[in-house]
Amino acid sequence: MDDYILQLDRIEKSFGDVKVLKGLSLSVRPGEFITLLGPSGCGKTTTLRIIAGLEKPDKGKVYLEGKDVTNEEPNKRNVNTVFQNYALFPHMTVEGNISYSLRLKRLDRAKIKKAVSEALELVQLVGFEKRMPHELSGGQKQRVAIARAVVNEPKVLLLDEPLGALDLQLRRQMQTELKRLQKHLGITFVYITHDQEEALNMSDRIAVMRDGKFEQIGTPQEVYDHPKTSYVARFVGSANIIKGTAYNVNEHTVVFKNDAGIGVVAKYSGNIAHGQKVTVAVRSEHIKLNLVNYNSNVTGLKGVVKEKTFAGGLLQIIVALADGNELVASRHGIDSSLVPGDDVIVTWAPGNAVLVDLEGAHEKETI
Amino acid sequence: MKNNTKLANFYLGLILVLMYLPIIIVIIYSFNSSRISSVWGGFSLKWYEELLRDKSMFDAMANSLILASSSSILAAIIGTLAAVGMPKVNLRSKGVIEYISTLPIMIPEIILGMVFLTYFSLIRLPFGMITLVIAHTSFCIPYVYMLVKARLVGIDKSLVEAAKDLGASEIRAFFDITLPLILPAILSGMLLSFAMSLDDVVISIFVTGVNTNTLPIKIYTQLKTGVTPKINALSTLMLGATLLICLLSVWIGKLGSHHREDLKMEGN
Repeated sequence: MDDYILQLDRIEKSFGDVKVLKGLSLSVRPGEFITLLGPSGCGKTTTLRIIAGLEKPDKGKVYLEGKDVTNEEPNKRNVNTVFQNYALFPHMTVEGNISYSLRLKRLDRAKIKKAVSEALELVQLVGFEKRMPHELSGGQKQRVAIARAVVNEPKVLLLDEPLGALDLQLRRQMQTELKRLQKHLGITFVYITHDQEEALNMSDRIAVMRDGKFEQIGTPQEVYDHPKTSYVARFVGSANIIKGTAYNVNEHTVVFKNDAGIGVVAKYSGNIAHGQKVTVAVRSEHIKLNLVNYNSNVTGLKGVVKEKTFAGGLLQIIVALADGNELVASRHGIDSSLVPGDDVIVTWAPGNAVLVDLEGAHEKETI
Repeated sequence: MKNNTKLANFYLGLILVLMYLPIIIVIIYSFNSSRISSVWGGFSLKWYEELLRDKSMFDAMANSLILASSSSILAAIIGTLAAVGMPKVNLRSKGVIEYISTLPIMIPEIILGMVFLTYFSLIRLPFGMITLVIAHTSFCIPYVYMLVKARLVGIDKSLVEAAKDLGASEIRAFFDITLPLILPAILSGMLLSFAMSLDDVVISIFVTGVNTNTLPIKIYTQLKTGVTPKINALSTLMLGATLLICLLSVWIGKLGSHHREDLKMEGN
């Protein structure tokens, strides 16, 4: 328990009749970069506000460095927040904003000045001390907000979609910078985003949220390669979800069939019974499309190429399966020999498919 | 098309003349050397000199200034507290309370005056400066309340949360963040109150005592005994003072406005 810097224990929270958080538990190690990933309205921001102390949970506890801070006011917690809209004080200069927490602590002037200039150096805004917030660009405001939060040397830094308002190029740049900053400072980051790419790029661990609950908590690789539920598989890297019935189960693989044909999936754990319904996730880049010709004896799912689109360096081929479902295959490069109307057999390497939505797939509610 | 603009300009001119001609005439006649108001006897400053010699006028002016400053300051404090505190009140009757607190603006002054008169005699409060200050404060509060409330709506509530997050207590966050941001609204509400109090006749007549004259009451009673151009001179001076206050209030309002734009931008 002492190994964790921040722990949430079965947090519940309602606003009026709406239950926003339904028993969240999370343990964060010192120096970790953990991302809460989920669509808007899933309760990410509320979770963050509860950690900051800006909301009180209805049930459950918040521990900081092993100490119960559930009922502590925000100003008594060694946690700082970078707000979604930056929340810079419009009537103070950049220097005034950054030094605010230090002035509250009544540090002497020389110390404050030194800390402010170090913070500005950290976010590469040296020389901006006397600017007012309305004289800054979006990216600069973002940096000031970060400097203001880290100058206080918090144990945990909370970031609420800090890059949401920036354009794509600046986002990419700030992602790298934030990661560098986190490494450099060694502060624990709790980061909120709805952008799965951002989460995969930056995090040590990702907690995928859905409807006030964690679906899966794990490293980016775990979440990406071994999603536990179809929701996670679809949300992180938009995998294809295929349903079927198991009919041949051995130690390492499960063969299943549905109206479109048969598929094979690797089995890592759990008991699959013959005749059990299974759900399988396969990423679009792992889907192989085999053109049907006279001497083909490939087994897989039957389908017809429906559409080809090219976006962001990826060619996407949409296949209509014989059972009426659709799936997407993607390739790097601009073209493939397949054209709409071609009959194909869909296959994949068993190791690239994952069984999801098994019993007990959800995160347990205790620590 | 051209005809239309001509018509519009004519209309504008007419309205402006209707509104400001009487004022201009008073200003011009305050420099009239003739005793009879309607006859122009040449330029003179003698009415201003006479005004300066009139001690009772000065007493009345002093009273008015004391009254206007104390009631506008009191209204600023009470109105601001109300506007800041109201969002934190969690009552079902909140809407009703909010409505009632702005009502004095809509109630006819003559009725307000009557009400104050009855009430003060009921509780046996001696009429004089105290009753004047209470009455003026209460009709000034809504102006401050409404201006400050409007300003508060435009302030992102995450600013106060950010201050608390950075280590400020609730009270500290109010003084460091909220107060500086609503200060322009408080000041313009206060100046508006000052102007309203300075020229109030109706309510003042009801609640003043025999020995306390305010400037508007003094002017009003003098009118009954015959208009001397001295009144014109006095009116001109008061006009100047009121204009100054209005300009000051606009200027203060502008001072705060870039913050507001900034808040909106950040909100997006």
